[in-house]
Amino acid sequence: MSSYPWAAGYIDDGDRPKIVTSRFHLEDGYTLERYQATGGYDGLRRALAKSPAEVHDEVRGATILGRGGAGFPAGTKWGLMPADKYPRYLVVNGDESEPGTYKDRLLMERDPHQLIEGCLIAAYAAGLAQVFLYIRGEMPLAHERVGQALNEAYAAGYVGTNILGTDFSVDIVLHWGAGAYVVGEETALIESLEGKRGEPRLKPPFFPAAIGLYGQPTIVNNVETLSNLPWLLVNGMEAYTAIGTQTSPGTRMVAVSGHVNRPGVYEIVNGTTTFRDLLYGDEFCQGIRNGNELKAFVPGGGSAPWFTPEQLDLPFEGRLVGAAGSMLGSGAIMVMDHTTDIPAAALTLTHFYAAESCGQCTPCREGGTWLERVLSRIVDGNGTPADLDQLLEIGESICPGAFPHASSSALGLEATPFPYKMTTICFVGPSAYAPVHSALTLFRSEFEAKITRRNSIPVTAVHATPETAGAH
Amino acid sequence: MSDTALEAGASASGSRHTVDPGRPEHPSGDDRFALVDTHLRRVHDAQDQLIETLHVAQDVFGFLSDDVLLYVARALRLPPSMVYGVATFYHLFTFEPPGEHTCTVCTGTACFVKGADDIVADVATAHGVHVGDTSADGRLTLRTARCLGSCGLAPVVVLDGVVHGHQSPSGALALLDGELGGVR
Ligand SMILES: Cc1cc2nc3c(=O)[nH]c(=O)nc-3n(C[C@H](O)[C@H](O)[C@H](O)COP(=O)(O)O)c2cc1C
Ligand code: SF4
Ligand code: FES
Repeated sequence: MSSYPWAAGYIDDGDRPKIVTSRFHLEDGYTLERYQATGGYDGLRRALAKSPAEVHDEVRGATILGRGGAGFPAGTKWGLMPADKYPRYLVVNGDESEPGTYKDRLLMERDPHQLIEGCLIAAYAAGLAQVFLYIRGEMPLAHERVGQALNEAYAAGYVGTNILGTDFSVDIVLHWGAGAYVVGEETALIESLEGKRGEPRLKPPFFPAAIGLYGQPTIVNNVETLSNLPWLLVNGMEAYTAIGTQTSPGTRMVAVSGHVNRPGVYEIVNGTTTFRDLLYGDEFCQGIRNGNELKAFVPGGGSAPWFTPEQLDLPFEGRLVGAAGSMLGSGAIMVMDHTTDIPAAALTLTHFYAAESCGQCTPCREGGTWLERVLSRIVDGNGTPADLDQLLEIGESICPGAFPHASSSALGLEATPFPYKMTTICFVGPSAYAPVHSALTLFRSEFEAKITRRNSIPVTAVHATPETAGAH
Repeated sequence: MSDTALEAGASASGSRHTVDPGRPEHPSGDDRFALVDTHLRRVHDAQDQLIETLHVAQDVFGFLSDDVLLYVARALRLPPSMVYGVATFYHLFTFEPPGEHTCTVCTGTACFVKGADDIVADVATAHGVHVGDTSADGRLTLRTARCLGSCGLAPVVVLDGVVHGHQSPSGALALLDGELGGVR
């Protein structure tokens, strides 16, 4: 469906500004030759002509919001490291595993040099001695392409000692993940790099910027976040902030999946594009399949509370989406049309998070498992009315207090805004609950229908025979 | 471990590891350990290289047997419990020899809403194999995986490392027939 078969999944028509996908239309955009021919490593040259502090100021001024999930501005994060502690490290988070998210994989496969250049600019600006590139284990092509690009970049003198004849030196090491969702969490990623089980560290008190990899100050950034830097250095802060809005400048990549006519990865303008533009626009997803009705969508990866058609006019702007009861997260939009079995869809997501729990926190390990068990009992038609309250009660033990959800005029519900309180170390526990809570809040009648059906089975129709009577 | 994902390492074209020519035979009598040794020397037996070492060992042996895990533990001077703990934490490591062919069905959310469960059920029935297991004749290992990052192609089936998008139960069965030469 994409016009570029080598970038399967990526769709580009319409006349939108491109910051990170500008080479996706080139079949050989991943080679050093093509990268240099299209302005590659110019950003690095410009950065090296300035002082590190000037480059840092430029990144801070551009307000590049982290694209990994939390949306924290990159320039601000770099400034959080203690001033006198060296060496400092950069860890690149390429473990992309959030359900529905598949943008970083394309960035690594289609434009690995852009990522490497971004790493070098970050290392220069923030005084980082070494870069660790962590790529998800299930992405062999990304690993191959980044590895190849790294060899080329070393040979051409872009990486290593005395880069481009300056006294700036940095090494980039590739690390192949071994498959575990929770390792995408930044402190778990650091544990995994140290060769351990990927269990998130308790924070506060110590964030990775203060005590990270091997106990040293460490910056963890997402692949897409860093891929923005070469363009920023070439075109400047004003050009970057001229795209999008003041609080959400630039573009962002979104991955749309599910029941739309044209699922795929799009680079959209941040802050102004609305969900309606994205799902129904001609240059984007072109509406719901078979002319069906939209029932619900997940706006920011499997961890995000769900939206209904009532929220379609919200733009991709973190604060507005947060106030409406969800989050933009990793930029994955999952669309469900009116044929979707809502409790069953919630169950797949909950099953995922429950299975991916690392097991450190009891509310996540036990709560997630119980959410899954009770929910599958309901989906299988064996639920009882008490199960619905049971689900909310388990959720309360993971996230005490009000849990965010969207408003619904049909149900007379006001939105509960982000964020929530939690009893766990990381967000895997709450993520197991988010789909259950959304589904149960917005589509309770579907759960009740499954329960009622079970209770209406005529019991007398079953004849007790000597064998079945003693069966259990 | 039903969510074991594809063994990306083993599916890469051939092994990336070679034995130094002229090396004496490995004391264990199995030269594949020499490939692991080459890697260990390259990383100076560093303990934080445990995961990389397990990747290499699995690439070389196809799976991680108890012997291999103990060998790695001793080489890196780590307690076997820690090596076992790390290896079992990550989905890509497997502890049983895989079948001749491996079929992985993505059961992530995007694939689920497009009918991945039916594909799993039909393949399992047709080939008499449970998810996470290998058929009795050793021909087919059936796995399910969390989202493979190809949701635009949902539902996705990966057969011996090759991604096939937009699958249906009948399409997946035909694909398997082509690769395995029909169901016996
Ligand atoms: C359970 C969990 C999984 C995560 N997975 C990813 C991931 O796959 N990729 C990613 O970039 N960030 C992921 N994050 C967010 C990271 O912890 C971190 O915030 C991010 O990598 C920081 O980069 P950024 O500031 O550039 O966004 C995850 C967070 C949590 C709690
Ligand atoms: S919330 Fe779950 S995954 Fe996260 S640290 Fe706790 S147990 Fe592990
Ligand atoms: S859900 Fe199957 S590839 Fe993403």
